[in-house]
Amino acid sequence: MANPQDSLSREHGGIPWKHVIGYILSIVLTALALWVTFETGFSTRTILIIIFIFAFLQAALQLLMFMHMTESSEKNNTLTGKTQTGNILFAAFIAIVIVAGSVWVMGAGHAKHDHHKMEMDHDMKMDGDMKMDHGDHK
Amino acid sequence: MAHAEVHDHNTPLEYQSETGRLNILGFWVFLGAEIALFSTLFATYLVLMYRTADGPTPHELFELKGVLIETFLLLTSSFTCGIAIHEMRRRNRKGLFIWMIITLALGAGFLGYEIYEFVTYVHEGAALGTSAFWSGFFVIVGTHGLHVTMGIAWITLILIQVARRGLTPQTSAKVFISSLYWHFLDVVWIFIFTAVYLTGMVLHNG
Repeated sequence: MANPQDSLSREHGGIPWKHVIGYILSIVLTALALWVTFETGFSTRTILIIIFIFAFLQAALQLLMFMHMTESSEKNNTLTGKTQTGNILFAAFIAIVIVAGSVWVMGAGHAKHDHHKMEMDHDMKMDGDMKMDHGDHK
Repeated sequence: MAHAEVHDHNTPLEYQSETGRLNILGFWVFLGAEIALFSTLFATYLVLMYRTADGPTPHELFELKGVLIETFLLLTSSFTCGIAIHEMRRRNRKGLFIWMIITLALGAGFLGYEIYEFVTYVHEGAALGTSAFWSGFFVIVGTHGLHVTMGIAWITLILIQVARRGLTPQTSAKVFISSLYWHFLDVVWIFIFTAVYLTGMVLHNG
């Protein structure tokens, strides 16, 4: 756990390396995400997995390098740093459940309101295949 | 306890009063709630990804150049905001002001580009009511833009207070909290860049 007193004396007067490194890494991650998206020709699924990993890494950089998330306000007591970190991790968990859960529920073949999918279901019924469409729609 | 606190001069000002410490901790809890708020908007946008009705598709309108400029402006402003706090912890009021004003200028530039982007989309036939997709788009990016607007106003007011009262445990806790807010806006933008723009372009490409 970073202690404010330590980080202060370490950065006293000097160049704030933590921030400089965080900034450079953020730019690198953004550039890499662009490269993966437009230049590699990976499959859609692979591209999405990679760029979301990059996004989470960059968010972690902001929280750790810029926002001092793990830093505690009291000397010799790491409780506030742990509380802040735990709170953000829990919020991230909630966010992932909401987003991934919504996309899964609404996208896994249950939502049949658009014309495109109704046609597909119709074709499947014509083939006598009553199975739900489990493939992901790209 | 609050009255008899003894600090060596290395303790950052914002941590020297109990109110300051509690406010900072409380603000982290608030940021957790903000994450939940934005997650519902992301879920809405991603679920409505293909509901473009008869309106334009994101592939037709999204322009990478403008998005990259916005990303760069906001990321850099997050960096300069961090430097401002670094200067504040060195008790350098002038440094704090210089870097914070740069931060606000970059934020205003970001906002200008975003407004220009929205106006362009509306002129090209994609407004809030065009389709479910564009509703989702304007609501999530607009909510973020509104946060940036509030951030600029808030930090401006706090800087005025610091100019009047100087750097005290009270004012520096406020500066620190507003800096957390500003960094958080960049965290949200990372996900808007990834989930809204890049994902929108990837999925509508194929």
